[in-house]
Amino acid sequence: MAQAAVNTKWWGGGKSPFNVEYGKLMMWYFLMSDAFTFGAFLISYGTVRMSSASWPDPNHVFNAVPFFSGVHMPLVFVSFMTFVLIVSSVTMVLAVNEGHKGNKQGVIKYLFWTIVFGLIFLGSQAWEWTHLYHEGAWWGHNPFPNADGTVATTNFTNFFFTITGFHGFHVFSGVVINLIALLMTQNGVFERRGHYLMIEKVGLYWHFVDLVWVFVFLFFYLV
Amino acid sequence: MSEVTHIHEHAVGVSHEAHHEGHHHADHGSFLSKYVFSQDHKIIAKQFLITGIFWAVIGGFFSVVFRLQIGFPDAKFPWLETLLGEWAKGGQLQPEAYYALVTIHGTVLVFFVLTAGLSGTFSNFLIPLQIGARDMASPFLNMLSYWFFFAAGIIMLSSLFVQTGPFSGGWTAYPPLSALGDASPGSKIGMDMWMISMALFIVSSLLGGLNYIATILNMRTKGMSMTRLPLTIWAFFFTAVLGVLSFPVLLSGVILLIFDRHFGTSFYLSDIFINGQALPNEGGSAILYQHLFWFLGHPEVYIILLPAMGMVSEILSVNSRKPIFGYMAMVGSMFAIAILAFLVWAHHMFVTGLNPFLGAFFVLLTLLIAVPSAIKVFNWLTTLWKGNIRFTPAMLFAIGFVSLFISGGLTGIFLGNSALDIQLHDTYFVIAHFHIVMGVASMFGMMAGIYHWYPKMFGRYLNNGLGYIHFWITMIGAYVIFWPMHYEGLAGMPRRYYKYDIWESFKQFGTLNQIISIAAIIVFLAQFLFLANFFYSIWKGRKVTSKNPWGANTLEWTTPINPGHGNWDGEIPEAHRWAYDYGKDGQEFISQTTPVGDNESKH
Ligand code: HEM
Ligand SMILES: [Cu+2]
Repeated sequence: MAQAAVNTKWWGGGKSPFNVEYGKLMMWYFLMSDAFTFGAFLISYGTVRMSSASWPDPNHVFNAVPFFSGVHMPLVFVSFMTFVLIVSSVTMVLAVNEGHKGNKQGVIKYLFWTIVFGLIFLGSQAWEWTHLYHEGAWWGHNPFPNADGTVATTNFTNFFFTITGFHGFHVFSGVVINLIALLMTQNGVFERRGHYLMIEKVGLYWHFVDLVWVFVFLFFYLV
Repeated sequence: MSEVTHIHEHAVGVSHEAHHEGHHHADHGSFLSKYVFSQDHKIIAKQFLITGIFWAVIGGFFSVVFRLQIGFPDAKFPWLETLLGEWAKGGQLQPEAYYALVTIHGTVLVFFVLTAGLSGTFSNFLIPLQIGARDMASPFLNMLSYWFFFAAGIIMLSSLFVQTGPFSGGWTAYPPLSALGDASPGSKIGMDMWMISMALFIVSSLLGGLNYIATILNMRTKGMSMTRLPLTIWAFFFTAVLGVLSFPVLLSGVILLIFDRHFGTSFYLSDIFINGQALPNEGGSAILYQHLFWFLGHPEVYIILLPAMGMVSEILSVNSRKPIFGYMAMVGSMFAIAILAFLVWAHHMFVTGLNPFLGAFFVLLTLLIAVPSAIKVFNWLTTLWKGNIRFTPAMLFAIGFVSLFISGGLTGIFLGNSALDIQLHDTYFVIAHFHIVMGVASMFGMMAGIYHWYPKMFGRYLNNGLGYIHFWITMIGAYVIFWPMHYEGLAGMPRRYYKYDIWESFKQFGTLNQIISIAAIIVFLAQFLFLANFFYSIWKGRKVTSKNPWGANTLEWTTPINPGHGNWDGEIPEAHRWAYDYGKDGQEFISQTTPVGDNESKH
C-alpha cells in the first residue's frame, strides 16, 4: 500500500482517493448524516434534562428482569441487552473477515449469528417496553417520580420511547438488511461478483447502530 | 445512437475503462424508460428543472395573490373568487388563506424551487459532464431521488385542496401553531401533509447529496485533480455536504413534532391555553424546535446560494474571457462558508428568548461570514475587471447575481448585530434581506445557469432578445420590490400580517405597498416571457452547430452536441489543466483536454 501511495496521486483523478468503491463512500456519508439525526435527538434530550430541576432515577425505573418479577435488579437486563448487541458486532466482524477470504460458508454462519443476536436484542427491547407499559409508562404518560420525590413531567418517557424506538427501528432495518445479505450470499450472488463488498457495507451500518446504542445506554440508563 | 454503458457496482480503484465492460445496449428504450424512469443524469436534471419551474409558477402566483392583499387591502377582485373559491369570498382574500399562501410560497420556493430545482438540476447535469464521468455513481439512487421529490410535491400539492386548507403557520413551522391542530385550520391535516412532504423531500435530498459527493470524489476522470475542478463542482460538493449533514437534524425536529401532534408528548409544548382552555402539556420548550429548525435552516440558505455562486463564477470567467480571479481563495471561502454555516443558526433567534450572552458568540460568528463573502465578491469583480466581456443573457444574470449578493449581504451585517436585531427582527427589513441575498440572487444564478447551459441541455439556443427583456424587467423589478421594504422594516413594519392600514404609523406606506405589489405582478408576468422562450426553444430554437458555442474550457463542451447516455462516444477525455486558461499566451481559450505545451507559461 505504501508503495502504491508513492507511485500514484490519490487525488489526481481516474481513481478513488480513499481507495474505496462508491457504495462504501456513500455509506460513510450516510452514517455521518444519521449520526446527526441521533445527535439532534440526544442533544435535545440532554438540554431538556439539564434544564429540568430534577429527573427520574434510572436505577428505580429500569430494575426488572424477565422471570424474576418483584426482584430489584437495577440495570441488569439492559446490560444483558448491551452485551448481546456487542457480541453481534463481533460476529459481524467475523462475517466481514470470512468475506475477505471469500469463504461463503463462513459468511453465512456469522451473518446468521448476527441476525440471531439482533433478534434477541429486539425481543428484549419489546419485553422492556411492554413491562414499562404495564407500569403505566408510555408517550405522554410518566408514572415515575423525580429523584427528589417531586412529580416529573412526561419528558422522561417521551424521550425514552422516542429515542430507543428510533434506535430499535434502526436495529430492525439492520436485521432486515442482514437477512437480505444472507440470502444473497446463500444464492451465490457475491461469489459470482467475486467479492463480498456488500457484507462490508452492511457491516458498517450494523456497527454504527451498535455504537449509537452505547450512547443511548449511557445517557438513558447510566447517568 | 451512441452505445450506453451501464455503470455497475465495481470493485476498488476501477478506472473508467472498466465501464466499457458490462452489458452494452443501445439507447432505444421505451418512452417510459427513456424520459420518465430514466437513469441518465441529464434526463433527471431536466426532470428536476421542469418540476422546479412548475413549483416556481405556483409559488410565484401565490405571492402575486397575497401582494394584492397587502397592496390593495380594501379592493375586491371577483376573479380571485372565481379562481380560489372559498379562499377569496366576495373577491377578498380571507385571512386564513393569506397565511396559507404565505406559508406555502415560502416552503415551495425555498425547498422545491431553490433547493431541488436549482441544485437538483445543475448538480445532476453538470457533475458527470464537468468531471468527466459517464453518469452518477449510482444512477438508480439518482432516479429515486427525483421520484421522492416528485412524491413530496404531490403531497404538498394535495394539501392545497383539503377542506381545512394547507399549513398556514409560516415556512419555519414553529410550534405551538404547528403542533396543535386546534390552533388554526391550517394546523390540522394540512400540517400533517406538510410534514410528510418534507420528510419525503429530506429523503430525496439525502439520496441526491450522497450521490453527488460519491461521484465528485470517486469518479473524476484521469488528471481531474480536485484543484482542476471547475468552481461549479466545488460549489455542488459543499452544497451536498451541507445538505447531508443538516437535513437529518430537521428530520429529528419533525419527528418530535409528529409525536407532539399525535401521541400526547410535550417536547415543544408547555403552559399553553387554547380557546381559554389550559392544556396539560408541561415541560417542553418551543425554543428547542427553533434550534433544531435553524440548525438546518441556516445551512439551507447556503445550500440554496452555493450552487448559484459556483455557476456564476464559471459564467463570469467564460464570458469575461479571463481566468477566474483567485481560484484557491474561492474554494477556501466556500469551505469557510460551509463550516460557518453550521455555527451561526441562533442569529435567527436573538429575540426569542436566547441567552444574550450566548447571543454574543453568535453575533461574532455571524459577522465572520462577511469575510469569505467579501472575498468572493472582490474576486468576481476582479474577474470582470478589464475583461473582454460578452454580454450574453447568462452573463447579465450572473452580473445581476453579484449586485444582488452585495446589496443583500450588506443588510445581513445589520441583522447580525443582536442589538440592532431587536428593532429589525420579524420586520420587512428581514424580508428584504433574505429575498435579495438568497431568493432573487439564487434565482438569478439559476437563470444564468439555464441560459448558459441550455445549448448543452437541448442542443438549441434560447432566444437572446427575449432573454434581454426578461433580464432587465426582472432586475429592475426585483430592486423596486425589495428595496423599499428596507424602509418599511426600519420603521418597524412587521412581516406576516394580513393588513397594515389599521396602524396609524404604517398608513404612510400605503402607496409604497401598492407600488411594490404592482412591480411584483409585472415581474411575475415577465417570467412568462422566459417560460415561452424555454418551451418554444426546446423544439423550435436555433440549433447549436458547434460543440463548444461559448468557447469554454470545461469538459461538457467536448461531448457531442446531443450527448447520449454515457456522455462521450469514445474514451472519456483526460484533464490536463485547470478550467480557467482564458486569454493565456495569446490564445483565447485552452480546453481542459489540451495537454500543457512545452513552452507554455505557468499560471
Ligand atoms: C454577511 C452575511 C449575512 C449575515 C450577517 C446574515 C444575517 C442574518 C440574520 C441575523 C438574520 C435574522 C434576522 C431576523 O430574523 O431578525 C438573517 C435572516 C435571513 N437570512 Fe441572512 N445573513 C447573511 C447572508 C445571508 C445569505 C447569503 C443568505 C442566503 C443565501 C441569507 C438568508 C437569510 C434568510 C432566508 C433569512 C430569514 C429567514 C426567515 O426568518 O424566514 N442570509 N440573516
Ligand atoms: Cu441565517
